[in-house]
Amino acid sequence: MSTAHRTTRLLVGGIAVGAMVALAGCASADPTAPADSADGATGDQIVVGSFAFPESEITMEIYAQALEAAGFDVDTQPNIGPRQQTIPALQDGSINLIPEFNGNLLAYYDPEYTERTTEEVDAALVQAVAVDGLQVLDSAPGEDKDAYVVTRETAEANDLTEIGDLSALVPFTLGANSQFAELPYGIPGLKDVYGVGVNPGDVEFLAIEDFGGPDTVQALTDGTVQVADIYTTSPAILTEDLVVLEDPEALISSQNVIPLVSDAIYTDELADVLNGISAELTTDDLIALRDRVEGDEKASAGTAAADWLEEKGLLE
Amino acid sequence: MDLILGALGYIFDPVNWGAGAVQPGAIGGLLLEHLRLTALCVGIALVIALPLGFYIGHTGRARQFVIGFTGAMRALPTLGLLYFFFTLFAFSLSFLPAANLAVVISLIILAIPSILAGAYSGLESVDRETIDASRALGMTEFQILWQVEIPLALPLIVGGIRASVLQVIATATVAAYIGVGGLGRIILTGIGTNDYDRILGGALLVTALALVVDGAFALLQWLAAVGTAPRGARDTDGDATRAPLSAEPATQQ
Repeated sequence: MSTAHRTTRLLVGGIAVGAMVALAGCASADPTAPADSADGATGDQIVVGSFAFPESEITMEIYAQALEAAGFDVDTQPNIGPRQQTIPALQDGSINLIPEFNGNLLAYYDPEYTERTTEEVDAALVQAVAVDGLQVLDSAPGEDKDAYVVTRETAEANDLTEIGDLSALVPFTLGANSQFAELPYGIPGLKDVYGVGVNPGDVEFLAIEDFGGPDTVQALTDGTVQVADIYTTSPAILTEDLVVLEDPEALISSQNVIPLVSDAIYTDELADVLNGISAELTTDDLIALRDRVEGDEKASAGTAAADWLEEKGLLE
Repeated sequence: MDLILGALGYIFDPVNWGAGAVQPGAIGGLLLEHLRLTALCVGIALVIALPLGFYIGHTGRARQFVIGFTGAMRALPTLGLLYFFFTLFAFSLSFLPAANLAVVISLIILAIPSILAGAYSGLESVDRETIDASRALGMTEFQILWQVEIPLALPLIVGGIRASVLQVIATATVAAYIGVGGLGRIILTGIGTNDYDRILGGALLVTALALVVDGAFALLQWLAAVGTAPRGARDTDGDATRAPLSAEPATQQ
């Protein structure tokens, strides 16, 4: 018994010593240190970041691959948390570039912002982000924002094209996350801006807490709700043939994809590449890209991005 | 402190108990929904778990299997079960029936283990000599179960139900994730709107409800203990199940 014990103890000790030696070896190469930039005669490495959802990662890949093709030294840093983390990361140089959404980015700086159209929001952003030593480039026409969505059948049966047409549908049930019942662009705005739901009982609300995800789509397609808040780049719009109602009164703020770069890394060449991408990236492109990554194909963000860049001829 | 005052402000504002309440609506209605959901799920769980627990406790059969199985059931996360059942039912049902069914089944699965454990361990705690004596008196097995074992096991049985009700009240908040009502909706609306008053207010309401209901069960359990104690014994601390009906005085145990 005692010899067996001693053998075990020796073994454990040996493993512990081995592990310490191995760890000491690691210590000499700090994994968090900035990558070697000995070959950086052309300038510093650009680190492109992304938020922690597939769409952001796809746009990150598009930026990174296009910049790499244009001769920049590029690295990526996906899955960073909310803006409370990405903005400090841009300021301290852990990342230098991230695909943003213009409306939400402005809301980070000014929660009470009143700008709604793409032009207004982009204009306001220039000043807002300058405070943190950042700048925005051209926004893309593609945007990912809340939208009033109905099925094709509902739209055709009631002749619906814009949000105001919902007056023809009352009484109906609307499905969305619970905050939609009181946010200005939600049910209160529907009533104040479009006059839909002025009578009590016109618009019933069903809280479905998955941000326009599969549960909300299910409730819409099986008729539990007639209208739902689903984001404009949801692949379900394509796969379930849903109709996004137009918003001529700009009730919902624009959320165009826009590159946010730090002043430290800005060059005109960089801006040319990114503005070239923005000029091409539409909402339909974003839906198709997300469908490839999140749908049955399960393509990697990198593959989807590369194919899109190839198709648009942006890899010169 | 401000946070707690804000939460209490939300709860005690009379507006939030009436028709003009902020989302998700009048607190009283949500409280009732929460209680109804709890009562329904615990009720169904009782119908399943009590007979099973009595059978195991009385016969001693299937004991190992059921203890292992209910132990494993306790480890299942209710939110995970909820989404699993919802996804499953959504194939053939429309949204609301699927959501409601998923919530009820997940909470029943949560409620069963405690009730079952209370029932069989209650019956097992009954003195073997008491049961042998009953049998010697010519009682049938059914009479032994109903007239000897269950009355003596009552404090532990009620204790099991009490634990299960408490768990279901606390966990029923997850129903709001798939559009089913209850106090969870206050918390989720608070999270969605960054309104800490409602997040904490909803949590405090769930806590208060759980404490009140638990207090009621504590009283019930005490009454059960008093009821099962032998005449003259002043054992009111809930340990009365050990009180023997046999000729031996309690002090010799």
